[in-house]
Amino acid sequence: MTTRWTRKDLLGLRELSADEINFVLETADAFKEVGTRQIKKVPALRGKTLVNFFVEPSTRTRISFELAAFRLSADVINISATTSSLTKGETLKDTARNLEALHADILVLRHSSAGAPQFLASRLKASLINAGDGAHEHPTQALLDLYTIREHRGKIDGLHVAIIGDILFSRVARSNIFGLLKLGARVTLVGPSTLIPRDFEKLGVEVSHKIDDVLPKADVVNLLRIQHERQRREYFPGLGEYIRLFGLTKARAKLLKPDCLIMHPGPINRGVEIDSDVADGVQSVILDQVTNGLAVRMAVLFLCGGISTQ
Amino acid sequence: MKKPRQNSSPAVPIMDAEAIGRALRRIAHEINERNPRLEEVVLAGIPARGEEIARRIAGFIREIANAEIETGVIDVAMHRDDVGTRSTLPVVRASKLPLPLEDHTIIITDDVLYTGRTVRAAMDAINSFGRPARIQLAVLIDRGHRELPIRPDYVGKNLPTATRDQIQVRLQQTDNEADAVWLETES
Repeated sequence: MTTRWTRKDLLGLRELSADEINFVLETADAFKEVGTRQIKKVPALRGKTLVNFFVEPSTRTRISFELAAFRLSADVINISATTSSLTKGETLKDTARNLEALHADILVLRHSSAGAPQFLASRLKASLINAGDGAHEHPTQALLDLYTIREHRGKIDGLHVAIIGDILFSRVARSNIFGLLKLGARVTLVGPSTLIPRDFEKLGVEVSHKIDDVLPKADVVNLLRIQHERQRREYFPGLGEYIRLFGLTKARAKLLKPDCLIMHPGPINRGVEIDSDVADGVQSVILDQVTNGLAVRMAVLFLCGGISTQ
Repeated sequence: MKKPRQNSSPAVPIMDAEAIGRALRRIAHEINERNPRLEEVVLAGIPARGEEIARRIAGFIREIANAEIETGVIDVAMHRDDVGTRSTLPVVRASKLPLPLEDHTIIITDDVLYTGRTVRAAMDAINSFGRPARIQLAVLIDRGHRELPIRPDYVGKNLPTATRDQIQVRLQQTDNEADAVWLETES
């Protein structure tokens, strides 16, 4: 068998081949099984040190990486923006170099600036895993979304996936678009025109502003959170207006095919992007996404952190 | 067929399909004799050839004792002690064992027993699923050169080798080649 993984870093899905993405998903199958064991821990990364470096706040992604690292027997340190010397004026590069001087092997970085992971990865010997950079990429979220679709539908090729909501600010949308297109899915972006720049069509996706036209045709709907914190100006008139035009209400969910999957990267705004009843309904795989995120992150840490970097 | 390495003498045939079949049938007899409660036995193969060997032994036990033996898969890639020292990673696969393990005898099956490190990793993997009543080891070839205090319970063939030698095993189902074992020695 040829070598199917040679990367020390995972920066985004744009640079991965379909074969590499499939290899991560297959590796995640093996790590998902570890969660069913009596002792949910394997020694694969024993003696390695992982630093969760979250310059932008996040709880669920950080905890998922932390638990994934524990299950691989790595040692974990958590650093947030407020507890690091970034607040004292140290540059990102200097902070990272200090971490490397402490023999950190894997750096998991969440940063508000697009490109920060690329910048550090080229300057560090340690493995760098992008846990979200600005509105650029969030590769492990997209990988777990792909994994969940593949798990429930058996394939990704040929499926029609609708990504709905705040596309403009969404790194989840970008990584999903790259991954889904590489694996042969058809992608339609749905949302107000203010949140879907026309440039997106150049990536090879379709754009629609009418959710009711898209829902009956979709095999998967991935709802994105309205990111209040990133929206400094008015991109839509108000939440009521958004729910009326784009929210997945109970009435609207009836338009979906019976086997259409409903996904959401979390945290969900109940009653905004999605009605409570729909989020908890039989078509929802939102909690499967959380479980699968752990397996996918174990696979990514094992692949990037396990190879010899000498 | 794998390309013979440079400076290696022609391959020395060790076993053909018939000899492999006889050896595995004999192992099936021995397992039958030593395990009065066959319903508690699980043959856990190390991918990929160990899985096929487990299937074949289970088939022989079905003929000999008219008993169905459970088979499983025990992947060792996550339990190896050399991750991070190799430039290519082993491919990890999901393990599959019947749960709970507590009342079972797990028989690890593999094609070649060499340093014993793979078996050590397999035992660690099994222990993470629970505490089996006992663990035994069945191998097609024991080539010696152990680096750990591990010995097989069932051996198809003992084959004294030099450390530079390579044992090649092919099984129809895993390699899409006729069953064969041969030895490649460096001249």
